[in-house]
Amino acid sequence: MQEVLTGATEPVLSVRNLTVRLPGGADRENAIQDISFDIGPREIVCIVGESGSGKSVTAQAVMGLLPKRDLVVTGGETLLQGEDTAKATIRRLRELRGTRMGMIFQEPMTALNPVQRVGQQIAEVLEIHTDLPAVEQRKRVLEIMRAVQLPDPDLMIDAYPHQLSGGQRQRIMIAAALILDPALLIADEPTTALDVTTQAQILRLIKEMQSRRNTGVMFITHDFGVVSEIADRVVVMQHGRVVEQGTRDEVLRRPREAYTKMLVAAVPSLVPPKRAPVEGKVALEAKHLSKVYGKRTFFNRKARIVKAAQDVNFQIRKGETLGIVGESGSGKTTVARCVARLIEPSDGEILIETVNVAHLPERDLRPYRRDIQIVFQDPYRSLNPRRTVGQSIIEGPINFGMTYEKAQEKARELMGLVGLSPDALDRYPHQFSGGQRQRICIARALAMGPTLLIADEAVSALDVSVQAQVLELLDNIRKQFDLAVLFITHDLRVAAQICDRIAVMKNGVVVEHGTTAEVFRNPQHEYTKALFDAAPGRDFGVQQSVA
Amino acid sequence: MGGYILRRVLSTLPVLAIVAVLVFLMLRLTPSDPAAIIAGDYASPEQIEGIRERLGLNEPILKQFIIWISGVLQGDFGESFFYKKQVAELIGERLEPTLSLSVITILLVVLVAVPLGIIAAHNHGTWIDRFVMGFSVLGFSIPVFVVGYILIYVFAVTLDWLPVQGYQRIREGVGGWLLRLILPAMTLSLVFIAFIARMTRTSVLEVLNEDYIRTARAKGQTEIKVLIRHALANAAVPILTIIGLTVAILIGGVVVTESVYTLPGLGLLTVDAVLARDYPTIQAVILLFSFAYVLINLLVDVAYTFLDPRIRY
Amino acid sequence: MATIDAAPPVPRRRSVWSTVLRNPSVLFGGSIALFMLIIAILAPVLGTRDPAEINPSARNQKPGYTATVRDDEGKRVQVKYHLGTDSLGRDIYSRVIYGARVSLIVGITVAIIAVFIGLIIGMIAGYVRWLDGIIMRFMDGLMAIPEILLAIALVSLSRAGLPAVVIAIVIPQIPRVVRLVRSVVLSIREEPYVESAITVGTPTPTLLFRHVLPNTTAPLIVQGTFICASAILVEAILSFLGIGIPPEVPTWGNIMAEGRTYFRILPHNILYPGIALALAVLAINMLGDGLRDTLDPRFAKRF
Repeated sequence: MQEVLTGATEPVLSVRNLTVRLPGGADRENAIQDISFDIGPREIVCIVGESGSGKSVTAQAVMGLLPKRDLVVTGGETLLQGEDTAKATIRRLRELRGTRMGMIFQEPMTALNPVQRVGQQIAEVLEIHTDLPAVEQRKRVLEIMRAVQLPDPDLMIDAYPHQLSGGQRQRIMIAAALILDPALLIADEPTTALDVTTQAQILRLIKEMQSRRNTGVMFITHDFGVVSEIADRVVVMQHGRVVEQGTRDEVLRRPREAYTKMLVAAVPSLVPPKRAPVEGKVALEAKHLSKVYGKRTFFNRKARIVKAAQDVNFQIRKGETLGIVGESGSGKTTVARCVARLIEPSDGEILIETVNVAHLPERDLRPYRRDIQIVFQDPYRSLNPRRTVGQSIIEGPINFGMTYEKAQEKARELMGLVGLSPDALDRYPHQFSGGQRQRICIARALAMGPTLLIADEAVSALDVSVQAQVLELLDNIRKQFDLAVLFITHDLRVAAQICDRIAVMKNGVVVEHGTTAEVFRNPQHEYTKALFDAAPGRDFGVQQSVA
Repeated sequence: MGGYILRRVLSTLPVLAIVAVLVFLMLRLTPSDPAAIIAGDYASPEQIEGIRERLGLNEPILKQFIIWISGVLQGDFGESFFYKKQVAELIGERLEPTLSLSVITILLVVLVAVPLGIIAAHNHGTWIDRFVMGFSVLGFSIPVFVVGYILIYVFAVTLDWLPVQGYQRIREGVGGWLLRLILPAMTLSLVFIAFIARMTRTSVLEVLNEDYIRTARAKGQTEIKVLIRHALANAAVPILTIIGLTVAILIGGVVVTESVYTLPGLGLLTVDAVLARDYPTIQAVILLFSFAYVLINLLVDVAYTFLDPRIRY
Repeated sequence: MATIDAAPPVPRRRSVWSTVLRNPSVLFGGSIALFMLIIAILAPVLGTRDPAEINPSARNQKPGYTATVRDDEGKRVQVKYHLGTDSLGRDIYSRVIYGARVSLIVGITVAIIAVFIGLIIGMIAGYVRWLDGIIMRFMDGLMAIPEILLAIALVSLSRAGLPAVVIAIVIPQIPRVVRLVRSVVLSIREEPYVESAITVGTPTPTLLFRHVLPNTTAPLIVQGTFICASAILVEAILSFLGIGIPPEVPTWGNIMAEGRTYFRILPHNILYPGIALALAVLAINMLGDGLRDTLDPRFAKRF
């Protein structure tokens, strides 16, 4: 212990002028170009950047895990305690992995071998790198499982991955990565796939483990909340280059570069702005809405019945944004799909003016289809790749009897409105970026002249800078068309900024419902409180909005 | 797990029932009159009517089915028109060559094809991979009987190492039995090896792209262990599925191979029965082969529970 | 708000067909298949004798045998049997050339009919929920009977002939197409763009034809190619077993069946049609492989 502390000036990892070439035909020559940074012992360095910035490639280059055929290190070195892993032999790399450097990944659901017991997967590291007898191995595995705070290690050691929750699996990954006390831990978006409450626990665990074991951590993330929560120092990357690096406070509070400033400014604050109450007409009302999945059948009497939504009630007025906030499995998307009548609710009413559309058959439902439009999460699957965006936008109006010329004219007008060139109507979806596609989806929805627009995680797949622009667009069209907006999200920051009122859902039930300002200032329900406590980088948001 | 197996067994019952109905209807609801076909081109209407009467073809279709199926359930498939004996007895005599050929072939296939597929996947994109893939396309493009005759020509006619045709029962000597099955098994296994090697390669390649393979590498695991312990363990279920499904191809190949090597098995019986328009025998053999196919795939499904802990319900 | 121009961030995709035509398997398999097709069409020009003509004085001859025969006008002419003759004295070369016709006709018709019927049933199964169970149980039953056995059984029902053989080969293929189409329909109907089309009020038939059907084209072209290869094989097997197309018709299977008796002395009677058959099936399978890899990489795992 003492020794390590005295050697603290020596970096665990030192990346020097690293360059990795992309295969021919890519949009740029190098995946990462000439990047340099250091990670000291007991230090957490966050590599932060948007998609395509090269942050994951950096991690793989250090581990020697780059796909050999496509990505080649063409320059620079990655010194792990002075030893260059970029030039190490495969044999040497294997020795280093697990002993001197460990890695955890984004998807805990797929990162563990599904047909092997989790204990065995941790023990595998011992088996590869040590001569410990099986009994001793098991003891060590139990020890590390206890250290990562897994419940009941004696039972869990023989469990299979599918029997564990996402958070527990990520703990197993951490245990396997740290069991031999490597000097460096590389964590590639380790909490991105987790719910916010689980994320908070895993972040705490990583921090605790690394400080106790003097591990240097390279933490890759796109989330500034997480950065402010965990980082000692921050490296900002864009298009394969390092834009800026410094201590957490330097980068987050006093960014020097324009790109960093833009990124930091684009992160929505956790403090909701002041909003006047909306007095418009009620556009839609849901009463006692329920959706139950699964049915007992003759062969399967024990079939599980999932109550995806239970007794959900809300009203949305014209010009108002109602947010439904919840973690995965809370039932928020089920509610959206019921309201859009993509599925039929099991019970309850959906009232448009005085008509209940909840159980109308498709034929009678058709006139009401115009009133409710939806924008989905995945911009890459929301547009038919075989049809031009123009064809996608005019499909709806033509279904309802508009002439081709008029529909086309309307489409041009809407393209301009969502910030795209009207001349792009003849292009195909693959010619647009994710953010542009989301704008096209919004245009398609607006072409129907809806009274209610549902945004189902519509900005969740977008990079933070693009996210800010699309949110602004949504808010603008809400004002312009006096739209009612049902905004489904898991992201508290986004909800704080765009919603007039929010409903918090858990396990299919609305646990809290109120104006955004009220819910954020004074959450009533235990779950809402836990959710807010878990939001990463709470200080960051507050300071930012104050500043 | 017990529940899963029970449900899986129960779910094959409707399939078996549908197969039985199909096999029955196929041979009854034909545009041509079976009686007329059996009687031949020069039969008088009285003779044809006699045959109709004897076969019970004048009864209502449902009654015919009930008579037939209740017989089948008791192991009574009726009497063969051609061989003039009980079909069940006939099948019993013909079972051994077919079973021998199939078992030896499957063993050969698993021992050759699976390693071949793994080697190809491991050397993905190299000449080894291309060679295995090329061999595999070739293997399932050359018809079984062409392979059979080439092998006979080379090993039996030209080199005179092995007997050309015929079969020796296992109780008359294992050596002679095996000797006469070498060429047929080689013939039959080629298509099968080609197919399964290819599918093994695809399954292993797919698994090699999974995140947990990356995890194993990040732990410092050697490639060979990554391949066996992580990739193959996970590819086992799809590979086994493919083997189960290709049993259908095997059964087709058995018919042709037995015909080429004149092995007196069920395949040869099928061809002879078709040539003689011996409907009770045709029905029985097809039903038997189909049931065997369904049951083998049932066994495969049950085997999943041992290979994949996720299958528990 | 700043206007974002839709200048393409990704260069326009190269046309699918130009990628397809660059694929070596497609090129190789395609050219051989095309070559076979030309041979089949030009059979009357390429064949030297009438394939059904029996010459009792020239039975069981080795390749290259030359005989003197009388032509239509009674003149004596020299005839060369490039690939020898069979036990009835028929010209093997001409019979192999004409055999390409039957094989390709069977392969192509079976593929077209099976894909067409399978597509319709598969779309119905994928979109009409209450029919799905009934259709799929029935298809499971049909699939449980091994392909060749089902074809053999069906052929045995009627007097042998080309239509009967085609029908007997089509029926076992239909459930495979149905499964493929149904699985595409089921996965596509979950796509957000299909759901978007529902919310803009697109009627179901339009939805199927505009958004779902185009997704089945690529897998069906691939599947159709494999069905074509398999149908040629099955036809040859039926003929070879003596239960397919009548023996006087020149098909590769029939020539081989006829050659079985004298195989030890005249192996080429089996070898040459065998090579033609293997080459045709290989070419079409390679074409299918190449098409699958280029048109339909997502379904590369299917077989």
